[in-house]
Amino acid sequence: MAVKKFITGSFYDEEVLFPAVKKVRRAGYKIHDVFTPFPIHGLDKAMGLRDTSLHTAGFIYGITGTATAVGFITWALTVDWQINFGGKPFFSLPAWIPITFELTVLFAAVGMVLTFCYLCQLAPFVKKDHFNLRSTDDTFLMALECTDTTNEADAISFLQSIGGVDVGVQYKETGWWLGRYDKDTKRFEKKVETAQ
Amino acid sequence: MVIREKFSVPKRFNTVAITLMVIGLLAIIGLYATQGSKSDAHSQARFWGSLLQNSVYFLLVVNAAMFFICATTLAWGGWQMSFRRVSEAISACVPVVGTICGVILLLICFGGNHEIYHWTDTEHVKHDAILNFKKGFLNKNFFAVMTVLTIVAWSLLGRKMRKLSQETDAKPLTIAEGKKYIWKNTVWAAVYIIVFSLTVMSSIPWLWLMSIDAHWYSTMYSWYTFASTFVAGVALITLFVIYLKNNNYLELTNEEHLHDLGKFMFAFSIFWTYLWFSQFMLIWYANIPEETTYFKPRAQGMYSGIFWLMFIINFLAPLLIFMSRDAKRNYATLTFMSLLIIFGHWLDFFQMVFPGHQKEHVPMILWDFGVALGFVGLIMFLTARSLSKTPLIAKNHPFMKESVIHHT
Repeated sequence: MAVKKFITGSFYDEEVLFPAVKKVRRAGYKIHDVFTPFPIHGLDKAMGLRDTSLHTAGFIYGITGTATAVGFITWALTVDWQINFGGKPFFSLPAWIPITFELTVLFAAVGMVLTFCYLCQLAPFVKKDHFNLRSTDDTFLMALECTDTTNEADAISFLQSIGGVDVGVQYKETGWWLGRYDKDTKRFEKKVETAQ
Repeated sequence: MVIREKFSVPKRFNTVAITLMVIGLLAIIGLYATQGSKSDAHSQARFWGSLLQNSVYFLLVVNAAMFFICATTLAWGGWQMSFRRVSEAISACVPVVGTICGVILLLICFGGNHEIYHWTDTEHVKHDAILNFKKGFLNKNFFAVMTVLTIVAWSLLGRKMRKLSQETDAKPLTIAEGKKYIWKNTVWAAVYIIVFSLTVMSSIPWLWLMSIDAHWYSTMYSWYTFASTFVAGVALITLFVIYLKNNNYLELTNEEHLHDLGKFMFAFSIFWTYLWFSQFMLIWYANIPEETTYFKPRAQGMYSGIFWLMFIINFLAPLLIFMSRDAKRNYATLTFMSLLIIFGHWLDFFQMVFPGHQKEHVPMILWDFGVALGFVGLIMFLTARSLSKTPLIAKNHPFMKESVIHHT
């Protein structure tokens, strides 16, 4: 997995953070992410993130649940093991609606939780490495990704000029899943850039 | 930002409203000439049934606007403040529509026509074991007292809530005054909700609508009626908000608020389906003749077309169209869906009222639609008139800022 270089800065106030995000984008720097201890309304819009596709996935899971329930009950009660319930026809759709509804909800809910964990790269035993631990407590952290054209000194002074504190350079492994958060990473170790 | 507080009713708006009222009046006259003036009770019931369906439906819809205010007030919600005056103006129709509805109900009850409410026929009740058993609840006096009390209570409590809202217009409140003011609002909203739950959510739909099929009963009926009218009420609020937005009023209301109204319509459409289906499924499952009589004409008989059309309009359309976020923030979709929902639940009331006494064939629904247009015109006229009387924004309300910065 590639190790990338980031310029990070902390912010203490939303009223500083929002204009800072706008200025950073206008200056053409690439925002890797902004880490906050709680959801901030409107930050996604300010950062120019696209809408999540999680709800589309949820819809597909729900439809799958509906199809599974209707399909299985139909097969079981009309083909495989016909039972006469109070003289009702074998194909009695109204009686199956509650189960269908519940399976729809179950599939959508479980599927969306798992998808969410996948998208956020969360799983048991996956170690999370943070740019700054305080971004889980009381500060907001903005990480800029350094590209070929980024001038490190310029970026640092720019971040400081728009209100960032504790501005510095950090190397982090990026990539996907277990590889991203290397277990052997020592937080205070000086790392070398190995790949672009 | 310049805020236009004063709404002046455009001439064209009033022309449309008055035209609709004239259409409604013509429909009533036409229906009276062809059906109501006939000597047989059955044709007369066709005329009175149409008035009953439309007046009860539109009364419950405009009253739902006051329920919306009181429920959000009781929950200390702030997001609705930027357009709260719109729902207040809609609820100001309650006294007028309520009077019309009350007169119609009392005329049907005491008019001597037993086709619609056959429990009013005291001679018949003596020989009818089921109705005889129910006569403690289903009798003319109780019906009249409940009807009058209910409509008066809704009107007075609604008026109290509107007066409270206008109190703050004159000058800003201090923090202590603001706290007291919110508490007073909460108490009155709670009183209204209690009255509402004892009427719309329980006894009133039983008396006004379910007693048309007096032998049959369903404890879910009132909830289902409430869900029907509440979703239509939110749709009506949305329509007025969009109309005002399109005419450059309500600067502080934006798509965030409309998104929430869209969510309400989406959620309560599904809530309605849940109750509608649960009522059906329990009866279908048990399959007891005295219970299935209600659904025989509706789901399988002449009215089945309306029954399934309603299922599409009131459930499938909101479910599929309102599911996406963009649809709930789009003026065109919201307007279309609001109109569709109001129409769909009007159809729901049509099949609540008519199969009970028009068993041979489905009455010509265009007459009823004409009467409905009359009520729509009346509501448009009254709402616009009360909107123009008070400022459009309750600018000194303590929760106003919460609404301005509202974000979904």
